[in-house]
Amino acid sequence: MNKTLRNNPVTRHLLLIVFSLLMLYPVIWWVGASLKTTAEMSSPSIWPSTPMWENYTKGWQFSPEFTFGRFFGNTLLMEFWNVLGGVLTSAIVAYGFARLNFKFRGALFSILLLTMMLPGQVTIVPQYILYNKLQLMDSYIPLVLPHFFGGGAFFIFLLVQFIRGIPRELDEAAKIDGASVYGIFFRIVLPLIKPSLVTVAIFTFIWSWDDFFAQMLYLNSVGKFTVGLALRMYVDQFEIQWGRLLAMSLLSVLPSVVLFFFAQKHFVEGIATTGLKG
Amino acid sequence: MLLKGDEREMKVEAVHKPAAAKLRLAKKKVKGTNDNNLAGYIFISPWLLGFLLLTAWPIIQSFYLSFTEYSLLEAPTWTGTDNYANIFSSDNDFKTSLKVTFLFVLFSVPLKLFFSLMVAMLLNKSLKGMNLYRTAIYFPSLIGGSIAVSALWRNMFNLNGYFNHVLAWFGIEGVGWITNPHTSLGTLILLNTWQFGSTMVIFLAGLKQIPNELYESASVDGASKVRKFFHITLPMLSPVMFFNLVLGIIGSFQMFTSAFIITQGGPINSTYMYALFLYDKAFKHYQMGYASALAWILLVIVALMTAINFLVSRYWVFYETDGGKQK
Repeated sequence: MNKTLRNNPVTRHLLLIVFSLLMLYPVIWWVGASLKTTAEMSSPSIWPSTPMWENYTKGWQFSPEFTFGRFFGNTLLMEFWNVLGGVLTSAIVAYGFARLNFKFRGALFSILLLTMMLPGQVTIVPQYILYNKLQLMDSYIPLVLPHFFGGGAFFIFLLVQFIRGIPRELDEAAKIDGASVYGIFFRIVLPLIKPSLVTVAIFTFIWSWDDFFAQMLYLNSVGKFTVGLALRMYVDQFEIQWGRLLAMSLLSVLPSVVLFFFAQKHFVEGIATTGLKG
Repeated sequence: MLLKGDEREMKVEAVHKPAAAKLRLAKKKVKGTNDNNLAGYIFISPWLLGFLLLTAWPIIQSFYLSFTEYSLLEAPTWTGTDNYANIFSSDNDFKTSLKVTFLFVLFSVPLKLFFSLMVAMLLNKSLKGMNLYRTAIYFPSLIGGSIAVSALWRNMFNLNGYFNHVLAWFGIEGVGWITNPHTSLGTLILLNTWQFGSTMVIFLAGLKQIPNELYESASVDGASKVRKFFHITLPMLSPVMFFNLVLGIIGSFQMFTSAFIITQGGPINSTYMYALFLYDKAFKHYQMGYASALAWILLVIVALMTAINFLVSRYWVFYETDGGKQK
């Protein structure tokens, strides 16, 4: 009796619905609050008496000079380069580690894995000094450049695991047909790892969007601000305009959410290919 | 998931069958081991370059700077072990931030592991609409450490915030959760736990790889659900648990954005996380040498925690390659 009850899809659906609502409750409140006046903000009802669409229109106009359109544009431009760099170079590097034998490969791969555990605080100060000396402050280069260096250890690791799953016979057959290692990469491996490259692209997009720390460190002028930095200006005001802040905050998470919903299959599969066996 | 991979390989093999057959004849050909040296380095050069420029060199430099006084404006002056001596002997902020950070790690890591495992088990069934549930549950993690969420949290846990209104329905009088030094850290831990999505996804991937036969044969033997959980799920999942634990601890030690936006380390330093303290020293006071020393202390702490984790892991992490003995 007990067993059938627990395996019952209806029970499971109910459990999941309750739990999803619990998880989403703050978000639902958030949607309502983004339409409230500041006075109404602390009222117990979820929905405002009269929705203040003004929060969105006035919030969008960040200052007389700039709208959020500018900040979204800035962030998307940065994202374009980040995703491009990450996808391009992580595949190249991963192929090297997964398929080619070269001196110190094992040692270098261990180092790569170790860097995943390195606290960023250790390198941030010298990096800051470096960019400062190269006069790259207040530019996107410190934010974009790291993505062109293999896109991050995690992605390289992910792709290495994936490439290892491709039968070596394919490489060797191509070799017999006269393909070089470069030919094998472009004509055999690259087309086969497309699905994981999508994973890399999505992760890069979402993580870069949230990487507030680096953005704060390297961008100073308002015209170059990302969405996150603009929101922070709202938070830092003496009298916080909660309605506008929450409205714009809600807009700011939309791109990642939409992306996730349509590509979530790649999330679980991408992680499953890292070969973390249970 | 494993099945997916196999399917893919099969598909690949089917497409390239003639080529694969041709190859099997020539497969025995001796593979050169060193002829790929140049190509290998060409392929990994983007990473290697980045590693040398943005990781290796900064690590060395940071180590050197930790023995200096450096304000960015003048050249660093060598001060020997002064920074470390000051940190350990007279810096109260150091002690506070270390204590706060340890507390944070101590509570948030186990809580997150517990919730994410429970939810992963709930989601590990094929049900209609699973995509929607998954998105709903993953949502909080998706918006992660962003400013947006920090703003939301700050508003909800105000004295007049929404959370207290909910409590009022149950006749509980709330406090200003963020402005009260006894509860402020708790709100950050709660926020961190709410965002258990990535950990959960990794558990989910692990759960999907446990062979179903194990459960089936256990059922034949009449094992209860609880027994199956403790004798199959947990041991089989222990490598994934270990991975999540190690990364969770490392990540929690570096928590920054929410403390920076929601509480700014306050009230009375009750949420003065180590990363926040380090940020203040480096980018507010421009004490680059001092901050570098702090970074190295953090590195040693994280390395020690990880080493302890690895040492202890041999007593509880179960790998299939051990010979398949079931604990």
